Amino acid sequence: MALATTDEKQLDPRALRRDFPIFEQEVHGKPLAFLDSAASSQKPRQMLAAMSRFYETSYANVHRGVYELAERATEALEHARERMRVFLNAPNAREVIFVRNATEGLNLVAYAWGLWNLGPGDLVVVTELEHHSNFVPWQFVAGKRGAELRVVPLGEHGELDLSGLDDLARGGAVKIVAANLVSNALGTINPVERLVAWAHEQGAIFVCDAAQAAPHMRLDVQALDVDFLALSGHKMCGPSGIGVLWGRSELLQEMEPFLTGGHMIRSVRADRTTWGELPHKFEAGTAPMAEAVGLAAAADYVEAAGLEAIEAHEHELAAYALDRLAEVPGITLYGPPPERRAGIVSFNLEGIHPHDVAQILDRQGVAIRAGHHCCQPLMQRLGVAATNRASFYLYTIPEEIDQLVDGLYAVRKVFA
Amino acid sequence: MSEFEQLYREVILDHYKNPRGHGVLDDADASAEGQNPLCGDEVSIYVAFADDGETIDEVKFSGRGCAISQAATSMLTEMVEGRSATEVATMEKDELLDTIGIPLTPVRLKCAMLGLTTLKVALHKAKGTPLPEGLAGFDELELT
Repeated sequence: MALATTDEKQLDPRALRRDFPIFEQEVHGKPLAFLDSAASSQKPRQMLAAMSRFYETSYANVHRGVYELAERATEALEHARERMRVFLNAPNAREVIFVRNATEGLNLVAYAWGLWNLGPGDLVVVTELEHHSNFVPWQFVAGKRGAELRVVPLGEHGELDLSGLDDLARGGAVKIVAANLVSNALGTINPVERLVAWAHEQGAIFVCDAAQAAPHMRLDVQALDVDFLALSGHKMCGPSGIGVLWGRSELLQEMEPFLTGGHMIRSVRADRTTWGELPHKFEAGTAPMAEAVGLAAAADYVEAAGLEAIEAHEHELAAYALDRLAEVPGITLYGPPPERRAGIVSFNLEGIHPHDVAQILDRQGVAIRAGHHCCQPLMQRLGVAATNRASFYLYTIPEEIDQLVDGLYAVRKVFA
Repeated sequence: MSEFEQLYREVILDHYKNPRGHGVLDDADASAEGQNPLCGDEVSIYVAFADDGETIDEVKFSGRGCAISQAATSMLTEMVEGRSATEVATMEKDELLDTIGIPLTPVRLKCAMLGLTTLKVALHKAKGTPLPEGLAGFDELELT
């Protein structure tokens, strides 16, 4: 695989950019400044080629097929599983379950563990910084089982306030603590290690939403000491429609399945069905084979660029963006200082709704996200209906941030 | 600036900055709240009928949101006063869109239609008529 850079220390976003066909176009006659990678990343041709190659040379349904193509497809799927085991430094590839996205992975844990293990008097603890995908499933299963959902509040600078954790646990038994590693709305890098330690002191399991962390920093499920971790492929240069749920073997073994049907069984009789081994027990139906191949290629791509280098690059961009944006009159910036945030900057312009901001920016070739970012509890806390969010990735260059700032001046002119 | 004129022509910005009919009617004959969960636009609509119980005498709205949602609702209040509730409850959306007069992407269309949809819900509720299925055609519009 020809890669633009393999330098461990620093990445060259201009060279990497050439791997992404999407940047070979103008939008509304302007160069494309794509500042919405936190929603979904763009795709390098190496990943696209890996998927095409699989479809063109090795495609057939996996498992059980006894012919050559089925064997090749099975091998490709299981190679992808092993690749993601390495990506996460998981002990065993059988713990790597392919799901549709982080949302499905988190729902899998909520239904297949939460629903079976929660009861009245139990507590589920989430944070005010969660994406709806790591908030609503817990609220739903807690409600169904008569358990209570409690929320770790936001403190200063868009960072969690952990000072009241023990109070939060009062009057109940904490069974589940669920938090993200990086906030999709504010870019806050959360103190997950402290939350994990606290969860385990309480005898609870810790579920980590790594959707926003996986593209931008090295993950190690053993070092993190989490019990479950979910990620989405599409945010890390992979295709849409695939993600990974990693879970501890001992927990996965004792769990009932989430989805049932084909492939996940050992034997089916009219009166009784028994489940297959891990990971198959949790992978009902035809697997997202080509997507798994694409995800493995995406893992190759981001690791070749260097996850440490990506993280450093994004810190630099965040610092530059916060500096430049602070110049714009009437701007409010949300979230922590650059050294404690990923490449995400949320802001509002006084008196101008984010949708109006985003629409005028679009005409200048600048793509940002405007809305509640699937974080309505957080928006309520900030006292706003919505924010603008610019987010960066390995292909982002400072000129795109300049284009954003110039665009914001134009927005102010329209609404002057 | 001309490239933005199409998007935010002067009349839209004028209605956004100086909304007509902004406020609350304490003794409204009809009212409803609508929100667009996609962007957090919120609109509450209040209607007072004339003595005949049918003619729309006064419409006021409160809420917050983007320029399109707030300006469109402001324009709407001017369009419907003096007309019959039955007529407005079945008003074609194109009548409002023609008045707004700018091209709207599907996402912004939801913003533009929020006020009209909420008004229709208020009128149907007051008249006790069933809400038409898929009111204004937005399945994602949340109405309370």
